[in-house]
Amino acid sequence: MSLLPLGALVPLAAINWHTLFFLLFALLACGFAVAVVASTNVVRMALHLVFSLAATAGLFFLAGAEFVGAMQLMIYVGGTLVLLVFGVMLTARAPFVSLATPARDRLLGGVAGLGLLALLVWAVVGVEAWSLPAMGTVAEPSATPLGMALLGVRVDGGPGHGRAGYLLPFEIVSVHLLVVLVGAAYLARAKRRRTPRSLDAVASADPVESVAVTPPGAAVARPAPGGSRSALVASTVNDGGGR
Amino acid sequence: MGESFHAAAGPALLAVWPISEPVSVAHYMAVGAVMFVAGVVCMAVKRNALGVLMGIELVLNGANINFVALSSPYLRGLGDPGGGLGLDGQVTALFVILLAAAEAAVALAITLNFYNNHATVDVDRGEDLKG
Repeated sequence: MSLLPLGALVPLAAINWHTLFFLLFALLACGFAVAVVASTNVVRMALHLVFSLAATAGLFFLAGAEFVGAMQLMIYVGGTLVLLVFGVMLTARAPFVSLATPARDRLLGGVAGLGLLALLVWAVVGVEAWSLPAMGTVAEPSATPLGMALLGVRVDGGPGHGRAGYLLPFEIVSVHLLVVLVGAAYLARAKRRRTPRSLDAVASADPVESVAVTPPGAAVARPAPGGSRSALVASTVNDGGGR
Repeated sequence: MGESFHAAAGPALLAVWPISEPVSVAHYMAVGAVMFVAGVVCMAVKRNALGVLMGIELVLNGANINFVALSSPYLRGLGDPGGGLGLDGQVTALFVILLAAAEAAVALAITLNFYNNHATVDVDRGEDLKG
């Protein structure tokens, strides 16, 4: 008797291992995706999302896209979701860990989701070419053609041969990623708290001098407008002398 | 579990799921549809802003499964005239992963800003622009 209980149920030679592992990863991905929707605790939602996306990477490996699967694991599971977990940890104060949705909204969302799912599955089954059983052509490693395509040269034969490369989208995406990360760092920066003392009065009197913290006594030394830099220096010197 | 049970359950399991049959593109796309719908419902129902973000990630992954399945040479059927997407599907899936990372970074920064200003992550409370 083999160690696998399944090997006892079905003769091993009859098992299509691709189908078996597809079943395993598909059930994991779908089950944890539904668990993300079903659970109300945001920490558990993040954990279920990690498992669901990791199972999706398994599906990518099964479909022969091993480079995309590896990127899914490294960028998505290893990067994006860690970012998301950090967000959860930064905002997980007691009232926000589990925000309950009203039962009416949940019911409405569930009904609409089931309708959308029925529509999508109906559309998927309806296309005849998608339901043909797989020929089982073993795919060549796709990392080299992918890298060459991102550099603008297509080396893959078959249907993709002669199509355009992806050099320009690659450059656009890289600059886009840089801009987005700088923008995100700017948006999420820590706000510096200013000293409220006497700043407002100075700012309302003269916007140029609002940079320097000026005590009320130093306002006597303010020169005529025009030399703003010398005004700043003068007020600062006066400030130091007054203390 | 006795051998008699195995002998009886073997054909039953084969009848429930034909485990010796090869899968097709439609199976992968059904999984993608389930993840897409789960993401859409998650975006619509969750009140936590981070829950909405997780719904977006699920939607993008459902789309990615479709791209990869259509580009797979393994899943190509005998009578498939177009031969699938080829390498283009995998390149698109890579771009989707990259853009999802960028989108998550910006959305997380906005969420943290919202949390700093409003002291909550409940999206129903973000009604500053309400007329």
